[in-house]
Formats: sequence, C-alpha cells, structure tokens
Amino acid sequence: MTGLLYALLSLGTFALLAGIVLAVAQKVFHVEGDPMVDKIDALLPQTQCGQCGYPGCKPYATAVASEGEEVNHCVPGGERTMLAIADLMGVEPKAVEQEAAAPMLAFVREDECIGCTLCIKACPVDAIIGAPKQYHTVLADHCTGCELCVEPCPVDCIDMLVKPELIEHWSWPLPETRRSRLGHERREHHAGHA
Amino acid sequence: MPAMLRNLAQRLGMMAHSFDGGIHPSDHKLGAGLHSEPCPLSPVHILPMKMHIGEACLPLVAVGDRVLRGQKIARSEGYVSVPVHAPTSGRVVRIEEYAIPHPSGMGMPSIIIESDGDDASDDSLEPITDWRNTDPALLRERARMCGLAGLGGAVFPTFIKLVQDSRFPIETVVLNGIECEPWLTTDHRLMLEYADEILTGLAIIMHMVNTDSAIIAIEDNKSDAAEAIEQALALRDDLEGARVVLLPTRYPQGSEKQLIYSLTGREVPAGKLPMHIGMLCQNVATARALYRAVVRAEPLTERLVTVSGDAMPRPANLHVRIGTPMRYVFAQQGLTDFEDVRILHGGPMMGELLRHPDVPVVKSTNGMLAMLEASFMGGHTQEQACIRCGHCSEACPAGLVPNLLADQCRSDQFEKAESYDLFDCIECGACSYVCPSNIPLVHYFRYGKGQIAQQRREKSFAEASRLRSEAREMRIERENQARAARRSSVRKTHAPAAESTAKTDAAGDSAADKTDEGSKD
Repeated sequence: MTGLLYALLSLGTFALLAGIVLAVAQKVFHVEGDPMVDKIDALLPQTQCGQCGYPGCKPYATAVASEGEEVNHCVPGGERTMLAIADLMGVEPKAVEQEAAAPMLAFVREDECIGCTLCIKACPVDAIIGAPKQYHTVLADHCTGCELCVEPCPVDCIDMLVKPELIEHWSWPLPETRRSRLGHERREHHAGHA
Repeated sequence: MPAMLRNLAQRLGMMAHSFDGGIHPSDHKLGAGLHSEPCPLSPVHILPMKMHIGEACLPLVAVGDRVLRGQKIARSEGYVSVPVHAPTSGRVVRIEEYAIPHPSGMGMPSIIIESDGDDASDDSLEPITDWRNTDPALLRERARMCGLAGLGGAVFPTFIKLVQDSRFPIETVVLNGIECEPWLTTDHRLMLEYADEILTGLAIIMHMVNTDSAIIAIEDNKSDAAEAIEQALALRDDLEGARVVLLPTRYPQGSEKQLIYSLTGREVPAGKLPMHIGMLCQNVATARALYRAVVRAEPLTERLVTVSGDAMPRPANLHVRIGTPMRYVFAQQGLTDFEDVRILHGGPMMGELLRHPDVPVVKSTNGMLAMLEASFMGGHTQEQACIRCGHCSEACPAGLVPNLLADQCRSDQFEKAESYDLFDCIECGACSYVCPSNIPLVHYFRYGKGQIAQQRREKSFAEASRLRSEAREMRIERENQARAARRSSVRKTHAPAAESTAKTDAAGDSAADKTDEGSKD
C-alpha cells in the first residue's frame, strides 16, 4: 500500500513540476506573431504589387503560412522565389503561371499631370512625391514597378518604362561553353523537382 | 617543395618568403627595350564620367564651352571619387553616352572634346615645391583635386590611401614596380626613364603618411630598372629608409596582398586592407603622377600605355592623353584593320576583351594589346570535364580550391561558394591558365560574384521597400486615428448643437428627397 502511495506521490510531484516548467517556458519563450509569416515575407520581393491577389506581400505571406495558399502566386518573384518558399514550407514546388516581366519603372509625364494626388495615394511604397495641383514625380530609386499608380490616374499620364540597366549593376553571364550550359540546366532541373 | 617544408624553412629564415601558388607565363615583353614616346594629339577626346572605382562624376561644362588642358570638367560626387580633367585645350562638342573599355560593351555618360591644336594649359593650380614643409592634408587634397587614381590598373582613388590614421599608422610604404602581367612594359619604362620623378613621388608619399621606411619591389626580369632606381637612390640623401628588393619573377606577384607577403611574410587578412597591418602599396606610375601633381601642378591628363600584341606592326610605349580614342592610338602604330584581331584592355591575364577599338584610353589603361584571332583562340578550346588534378589549387595565390568553386558557381550554389571564400579570389587567372581541361574558372567566379552582388542588391531593395510600405501603413493608421479622434472631439464639444443640426439636416434631406421625387414625377 505504501509502495503505491509513494508511486502516486512521486509521479504527482513530477507532473506538477513539469507543468510549472511548461507554464514558465510558455511565458518566457513566447513568440509574438507567426515566425513563418516573417520568414516567407523576407523571401518576397516586396513590390507590394498585388498580382498574387492579396493587397501586399505580407498578406500573401500570411495566407501561405496559415491558410494553405499556393506558393506560386508571386509574379515578380518568379521561379526563384517560388522555389525558396516551397523549400521553406516543405511543399511540392508548382510552376509559376505568369512569366515575370523585365523590371519596370513608373514615369509621370509631368506636362500632362494635373496634380490630383490619386497616384500618390495608390503608391504602396511612398515613391511618388507631389502636392495637390502640383506636378507629381516618381522617385526612381524607390519605385518597385508595381503599376498600381497607372490605373487611378484620370489623365493617363503615367508610363511604365523598362528599368535602365546600369553599368555598375552589370554582371558576367555564364561562360558560353557546352559544359557550363549543361551543368546549369541540370541544376535547374533538380531544383524544380526537389 | 612541399608547402609545409617551405613554410618551416621560411620561418627559420633559411628561405625568402614567397606567396603560395602562382605561375610563370612567358612574358612577351616586346616593349621593354623601346624608349617611351609621346602619342600625337588626337582631334577628339572622350572623357567618361567614371574612370576610377567609386561614384561617377557630374559634368561641370556645357556643350560649346572652351576648355584648357588640366581644367576640371567634371566634379566628383561622393567620397570615393576623383574629378575628371580636360586632356587638351579645345571645345566641348557633345555630352552623351559613349562606349567605355568594359567587358559589357556598355557606355557611360562622357564629355567629348574637340581639340583646337594649341594644347594650352590651365595654369590656375600652384606648384607645391616645398612639399616637405606642407601639411599632408593639403597634399592629400592636391592628390584628390588632380584626379589621381591607382595607375596599376585598379584605379582606386589615391588620396583615400594617403592618410594618417592614428589607429593604423603606416610603417612601410611599398612601391610596386612588379608589373607581372605579360606584354606590359609601362612600369618598366617609367622606372628606367623617370627614376628620379618616381623617387620624389615616393618621398612625398612617405611624408604624407609620416614614415621613413619604404621598399621598392621589382621583379628580376627587370634588373635594368632596379639598377636605374638604385642609381637614382644613391644620388639622393632624403630616402635613407628606402631600399630596392629584387623578387623572383612570378605571376601574380604584383597583386597587393601577394606582394606584401613576398616582401615581409605578413598576410593581409581577408576583407582587410594593407593599412590594417601598417603597409601602404602604391604603383610606380601613381608615385610619378603624384610628383607631377604636387611639384608641377599637373592634373592627371596623360599616362604611359603599352601598345603591343602579336598583331601589332610597331609595338611601343606611348604617353597617351586620357580620352584619346584607342582606334587613333592603334593607327599611330600602324594598325588600322581590325579583321581577325582581338583587342585587350590591360594584360592578357586580367585584362578585358573589347568588342571594338572605338573606346577611349582611360586612367586604368596600362596596356592595349592587339592579338591575332588565331593565337587568341588557341587558349580557348573546348571546356572538358574536371579531372581533379589539383593544379588549380596549387596555382591559386589566394589558397582557394578553384575547381570546387567553379562547380558551385556553375550550379548557382552561391551560399556554398561564399562559404568557400569566393570573394577572396583576386581573379588573377592563374587557375584558368594551368587547367588542363580548359575550364574557364575565373569566368565562373565572375559569374558567381555578379550573381551574389545582384541578390544582395535585390535583397536590400526589398528590405527598403518593405520598410517604406510598413511606414506608409503606420502613417495611414495614425492619420485615421487622428481623424477619428478629431471627429469624436468635435461631436463632444458641439453635442447639443450637433443634435439639432442633425435633426434639421435630416429634415432638410427628407425635404430635398421629396422635392427630388416631386421633380421626377
């Protein structure tokens, strides 16, 4: 009888201690928000273009992390981003439906601008400056090329231009040898079916 | 000799220090015995807005302006930058994008000057003959103002290195007269013909960084240059602490870090500069340019260029004005037909292949080589599989494993390549040179470095965009709250009145509605 009592007591004490440790750990190591969302958000190109069907990169990241949204909706991110997210989520990669266009840049034709500020309100990264009834202009260094400013413009004075390639940003292509091409293709093939 | 044994022998002082790896390409120094001569003045000069490492300049002149030789025509933007000067007197005819010597074949905004033939100089700059009693900060400003950038080929703004930093005092100045690239003979000729100017330049550098010890490093295939420097040194009494060191010829000994190791047995840590171990390295041509900038008040508008190559009818060492079209320089030496000829900017090991000769001579142009298509393509046969012979690792002066790095770069495993110190590669080309399978190793490294740089740029742009978008959301939130707060406070203060107006409004609305309906009927 005493044996049984001892067993019950010791197990009970142990369970209590473990419970306290767990309770403390939950308080001490509490994580604000979903860490997965931030990790996915960090992989996205942050153009905030909404082409994925969500109003920005963070909402899409949230949807992928917690609502089981597909990983292949980010158009500007292209295949590389899709592969990175699939890798992170541990899901099967899916082909990106839409080919990413060349990086673009919005440009306001200033002599046609009427200063309505609608594009300024539409810009998700505050890359357009101007004031009511003043010309607006796009800060080229900050424009992500999301095209969200084109639609609201009542006089259609915003053009999307191909981002000029800078000589400082030029980088060497792969050498033009058969082996280099083959090796690279093989690697891409493997990445696609990882 | 096995590396361990050699290390031991070096530690015990039984053997001179020498950097690991390296190769002995045949040197083809056709111009070594040719006295330097001035290149005739070209009718046009093209001055790109960036001829140095760092930020591009902004033009100070407009189309139609008259300029004098040595006049500043573009000012530097940012710290790592030096201004551009007019190479001769004339008129600015255009300011537009023009091709520059760059492997991409892309252009750069350039000022195009038509010379008037007078070659009149701008004399506004005062010579500093008494530089010994001049504040080093003033001399440093002079080096910047005169547009000096490392003439060995890297074109890093010279003034940045010429600084007295109390954390990193310079103990020894190394004057680099190695010139290990095959074909090139500019530093060789400068040492033979302008030894005294070079030594004065060295003395100015030593005064600027406040040290009295210097090493003039020369390879033993240029013993006549070493003799010339020794003789000039013996005639001077102000360079007690300077000595000439003759090193066994090996490529890439002229690379800063390798040279310092050969001379002192001390390694410059990865990602650090020679100044962090108390060394300062300057090329002999830069030292001479510094002398001319300080004592003769001449901005950098001319440099010595080796014009050579196996397709070159008359090889030469020419003093060429910066901005002279290469086609014009080649024509002076009898080369006008570029069929079956490849043009290299710089030496064959590290130089860039140019698509056409319609680019200007810039500050980094130490050589212009015209190579026969046949001899050029001889080294570029088909790439074979790596046979793991290890020759590339043995030849690598930076102690890397080139075959492994090439595999990683080829298959876009960039994190891995970075962890194998891809960025310690100096792109000297020794590995590609020894590879029996003709693998273009350095080309793969350049691809890898470019891709990594691209990814970093994208990442930082994405991060900046994210911050801007978050800041915008917070601002909108704040504005909404402020508006709501204002609204509620207005409601509170005008509560009774608001109620009555609301009632009248409602009444008015219904009345209006009725009239609307009435009008409709």
